[in-house]
Amino acid sequence: MIKKILFSIFVLCLYYTSAQDYVPKNDGVKAENTNYVAFTNATIHTTPTEVISNGTLLIKDGKVVSVGTNVSIPKNAVVHDLLEKHIYPSFIDVYSEFGVKKPQRAERSNAPQYDASREGYYWNDHIRPEQNAIEHYNFDSKNAEELRKAGFGVVNTHIADGIIRGTGSLIALAPNTNDAERILDDRSGQYYARSKSVTSNQAYPTSLMGKIALLKQVNYDAEWYAKGLSEVTDRSLEAFNNNKSLVQFMDAGNKMNALRFDKIGDEFNTQYVIIGGGDEYEMIKDIKATNATFVIPINFPDAYDMEDPFLSQAVSLSELREWNQRPSNPKVLHKNGISFALTLHDLKAPKEFKNQLLKAIEYGFDETAALESLTTIPAKTLGKEDSLGKLKPGYYANFLITSGEIFDKKTTLYENWVIGDRHEITPMDAIDMRGDYEFNVAGQKYDVSISGELNKPKSKVKTASHELGSKVMVNDDWVTLIFSSIDSTKQDYTRLTSKITSTNNFNGVAILPNGNESTFYATKKEGNNTSEEKKADKVNDKDTPKVFPITFPNEAYGFSELPKQETLLFRNATVWTNEADGILEQTDVLIKDGKIVKIGQNLNAGNAKVIDATGKHLTAGIIDEHTHIGISGGGNEAGQNSSAEVTIESIVNSEDVNIYRNLAGGVTSAQILHGSANPIGGRSAIIKLKWGESPDNLIYSNSPKFIKFALGENVKQSNWGDNVRSRFPQTRMGVEQVYIDYFNRAKAYDAAKKSGKPYRKDLELEVLAEILNKERFITCHSYVQSEINMLMKVADQFNFNINTFTHILEGYKVADKMKTHGVGGSTFSDWWAYKYEVNDAIPQNAAIMHNQGVVVAINSDDAEMSRRLNQETAKSVKYGGVSEEDAWKFVTLNPAKLLHIDDRVGSIKVGKDADVVLWNTNPLSIYAKAEKTIVDGIVYFDIDLDKQMRDAIKREKNELTTMMLQAKNKGLKTKPIEKKEREEFHCETIN
Amino acid sequence: MNITKLYTIIACFLATNIIQAQQTPAPKQQKAIAIVGATAHIGNGKVIENSIIIFKNGKLETVADMSAIRINTTDMETINAQDQHVYPGFIIPNSTLGLVEIDAVRATQDSDEVGQMNPNIRSLIAYNAESKIVESMRPNGVLMGQITPRGGRISGTSSIVQFDAWNWEDAAIKANDGVHLNWPSPYSRGRWWLGEPNVLKPNTNYNNQVTELTDFFSASKAYLNGDKETDNLQYEGLSGVLSGSQKLFVHVNDEKGITDAVEFANSLKLNIVIVGGYQAYKVGSLLKQHNIPVILNRVHSRPNSDDEDYDLPFKVARLLVEQGVLVGLQANGDMERMNSRNLPFYAGTCVAYGLDKEDALKLITSNTAKILGIDDFCGTLEVGKDATLFISEGDALDMRTNILTKAFIQGRNISLETHQTELAKRYSDKYKNQ
Repeated sequence: MIKKILFSIFVLCLYYTSAQDYVPKNDGVKAENTNYVAFTNATIHTTPTEVISNGTLLIKDGKVVSVGTNVSIPKNAVVHDLLEKHIYPSFIDVYSEFGVKKPQRAERSNAPQYDASREGYYWNDHIRPEQNAIEHYNFDSKNAEELRKAGFGVVNTHIADGIIRGTGSLIALAPNTNDAERILDDRSGQYYARSKSVTSNQAYPTSLMGKIALLKQVNYDAEWYAKGLSEVTDRSLEAFNNNKSLVQFMDAGNKMNALRFDKIGDEFNTQYVIIGGGDEYEMIKDIKATNATFVIPINFPDAYDMEDPFLSQAVSLSELREWNQRPSNPKVLHKNGISFALTLHDLKAPKEFKNQLLKAIEYGFDETAALESLTTIPAKTLGKEDSLGKLKPGYYANFLITSGEIFDKKTTLYENWVIGDRHEITPMDAIDMRGDYEFNVAGQKYDVSISGELNKPKSKVKTASHELGSKVMVNDDWVTLIFSSIDSTKQDYTRLTSKITSTNNFNGVAILPNGNESTFYATKKEGNNTSEEKKADKVNDKDTPKVFPITFPNEAYGFSELPKQETLLFRNATVWTNEADGILEQTDVLIKDGKIVKIGQNLNAGNAKVIDATGKHLTAGIIDEHTHIGISGGGNEAGQNSSAEVTIESIVNSEDVNIYRNLAGGVTSAQILHGSANPIGGRSAIIKLKWGESPDNLIYSNSPKFIKFALGENVKQSNWGDNVRSRFPQTRMGVEQVYIDYFNRAKAYDAAKKSGKPYRKDLELEVLAEILNKERFITCHSYVQSEINMLMKVADQFNFNINTFTHILEGYKVADKMKTHGVGGSTFSDWWAYKYEVNDAIPQNAAIMHNQGVVVAINSDDAEMSRRLNQETAKSVKYGGVSEEDAWKFVTLNPAKLLHIDDRVGSIKVGKDADVVLWNTNPLSIYAKAEKTIVDGIVYFDIDLDKQMRDAIKREKNELTTMMLQAKNKGLKTKPIEKKEREEFHCETIN
Repeated sequence: MNITKLYTIIACFLATNIIQAQQTPAPKQQKAIAIVGATAHIGNGKVIENSIIIFKNGKLETVADMSAIRINTTDMETINAQDQHVYPGFIIPNSTLGLVEIDAVRATQDSDEVGQMNPNIRSLIAYNAESKIVESMRPNGVLMGQITPRGGRISGTSSIVQFDAWNWEDAAIKANDGVHLNWPSPYSRGRWWLGEPNVLKPNTNYNNQVTELTDFFSASKAYLNGDKETDNLQYEGLSGVLSGSQKLFVHVNDEKGITDAVEFANSLKLNIVIVGGYQAYKVGSLLKQHNIPVILNRVHSRPNSDDEDYDLPFKVARLLVEQGVLVGLQANGDMERMNSRNLPFYAGTCVAYGLDKEDALKLITSNTAKILGIDDFCGTLEVGKDATLFISEGDALDMRTNILTKAFIQGRNISLETHQTELAKRYSDKYKNQ
């Protein structure tokens, strides 16, 4: 390995020195070129907004010397006359993997790896700031040529591996020079992404929230390291600190991740340049609020092949919309004043770039902005605005020569000059052969249409009755046309060849299928456009294609406008107050400004909208103490036995359709818990189900702090397979010791922190110290009585209380002890028999705990059950003889108490949040349906609106399907159907 | 040792024993039993408000309106069930009850055999009549089930059992009632281990897989027509299905698959039932035309795609009933065994989403009996049928009122206690006595 590096440095040195004056020369005479090159009579776009017509560009030694209309041309200048041609600065891609070899994948192993593979670096293998792309780079001539053909002159490359990926290198795509000249910067930015390094199997982090927490911890550790407080050398942290002054590129990949990572940046005073996902238009306000510069891929999706009416049912409205709306993303970003560069990233090949860009322009992306996003903005992003992206004196001579306006479909790219070096893409003197011709050969009349790119034309040969197979080739100034015979059963061909001398005709020798030679004379028909072009134009005849409006969220059942707070009077309802008043018949409830303001009879409506609730029931909204809906990137951080550093709040996904379905089941609040993969899990998010809002708006303001703990089979990995046997703990005995160990450490940490002496900020121990300081509550996943008892004793030992046992299926065996400890129980109504530890789970559990005075809730842990929690709690009436009023509290007031939000929600009481549900009948009945679900006085679910939405979804899907069918019919590319699978999360789901 | 101590020891000993063992099957019905005054839900759509129900030797003798007839009940055991409700025992079809005890413990799993074509394997002989989960069905009124193997293309042969038995022979009420076939899926997963994307794409092998099935059935037929030079257990396993004495349960969910399965059944003249039928409501008229019933997926489930109506699984039974299709309910899916006791509430949810109450009751009684071919002796409260029924304090489709006071299987007065009720009593008593 070292030998290899040494060798590459040696080779590097060779290249480098060969460009220097002091290099000995033994292969000939010294031949230095000090000539100028001048481009005259051109339309020069010096910047996206400045154009010089009939101007001259003068370059020397790879740089622009001068540009303008009055440039004096030195005598030792080679002059190119570019009459009627345009010059543009060439494009820059800041997010490239050009020339960097993909790192070798670590050998897969069935057994998990918890420790790092490296020594002397950060404890986590996926943090690799010490990597430098320059050490893994080799100029890739083939790829460079493809990129030049797409108009690019400079790319910023990096090692696409790891969460922190180290520094990038800025490379000019100039093959005829050497690395000494084409490496413009070998420390051009530091790169980050969401994916782990393939070079290591280290398990942590297994989840998105783990990656977010890890990134934060690295920042804290780096700050501490910078102060010289570490006793050992950490090459990763050293490199990270060295790279801090560079531009920081973060591959977020989608809109919500962009918001998530930007927030980390805010915490550490780092403004990332964010690589987006093309879906930014869906949350454009939040995207704008990041103030970040974005790097946007333009890999717009192809239409699905919708011809099979059965299979095409698998395509969802959001996927149909993606196809329709994504091309408008650049336009929307620009309109909202967001600064962004475009990237080739995610495109299959650079040659697709032009069509995608033209599509964006067709969908309304401003052409000047498009040019900026490829030149000045990437240059500025890299901090190279004084040398790249424009054609001004002193700038690199990186430019394109085109036949016309650069974003015109018919424009031909002739040359791409990189640091003063010429690369021909299409010969400038090539005669444009494209057009419709007719000719006779052996008594048969033929029509031929030549279209496509100037140097790569396509042909179509027809007789009056047949279309023939054909191929046209242009080689310098010769053209060859080959076509099949009319009789398609014969595999024989006629070949024509001609020297091109005119744009109006071509003529020469025809070789017939029988080998005889003849002559032909093809004459051009009238008109500028070929018949093929006309056909293509028809596809694009409309000015801007129809783009369907987005909804909030942008999927089925999204709102076309976010619903607003209303003043509502429920008239004549049966009101389940959950307070001393009990259940009130024929009662009015007024809600205003998001609060419950009046409860009584014959209330004055004022300007309130009156809802006749005669025969209906009004209750507080259901609160699910334990759910896993509404998250991205996994609900378990399973890479370590403690993951207190992670938080669900960092990964709330506001677009999960389960939020809407829960609303339809009368749920208004929920605690999204970490899973149960480890004894110390992660922190919770307590949310209101505000469908359509952005993720942060779902989280409770001043949210009580919670963390998930877990006991039993899951944390000791009993059901993870025979290969997973190495992580401590593997027994319930070990689980206790994990807690004692961590709490001891947290105690010591807290003492060190409070002592005022310098300490290393540790996110995990911070959180555990909050528990010891009674600032954070524990919800603990638990099953059997022994472990329940154990955890209460551990808490006693450290002088705090467990807040809630969740699942708590053997709670009925220790209900007295729970009551004494003061812990609540949040349980399933009737689940059992799925694991050994639930063998003694009984549906009377809730009732027995309740009878012993424990605060009891019924929870779901399941996206299906959560929408029927009213039914689930009714089972306590059947199995445990609980009164209906108390049973109802199991899913409303009691979970509110357990979550410490009962001062705001959980009952119908004046002053509380207007989180209420209107039911068609007694909510505990199997026949109950939620008709309106209201959060903070805003109607988020309405059974009548739902009906209208269904119709609208059907109509829109049908229209978009038709558009996709039309797209295929027009010959546009389509892709096969893919069935989306639902991500479902339970406690035990491990990604 | 004083006497109190001794009693305590004996009591503890008994209690432990009770906890360990399952409920003892009830003895044969000795005396005629009359249930009087209850609202009788016959199971065929009819209701008798003030009813008298008499059964003797395990069979129903009288089911009538009390005001319409006069019967001397002096020699009978009379149960006054005024203000209560009587229902025929609920039937859970396509169930793995008794084949698996604890999902996560492999040693307790007997539902899924290896191999693709297993018509010859039989669920009945693996059925654990003493399963703790089976006994937990009874307090909710679920008294019979079709015990069904899983996996492969042809999973095997099911049998129908009642839930109060010493062993599988006692339990069987219809042995080997049908064979279960998993219809090829319209989608297949990319072989990610070969670097293909791990997503569901249209199954390009679908036609081949259907042909394989047709070939297998044709080969079985040829074998059974011949003189069977060698024994072929697999072909033999289809004999009942091919002769029409057994039903073929085709597990299929998509519209096209259902249509293809109907065509497959017609061409081979098979008697089929659609199991699953997620999209059956889209081809209701086809099913009605061919008289093919559907055992629907669990009602308490979520729609398969984001765009579908949130209540689609709740209302799909109604959509099919309205098209004239015979529908039964099941509990397939995650934790299906323990969830089977929620069968009555699945029917209740169908009512909330538009189905008539007595029609919903049919989905778990008479319809299921017809679909399984056991309607000649169970599924309704009709004279001559088995006295497999229960008394509930209230509406048995609503969990607030599904509170059983008595249950009978073939006239036997069965225990409504379970492992779970005993634990509940034990610990409630513990607190009471503290």
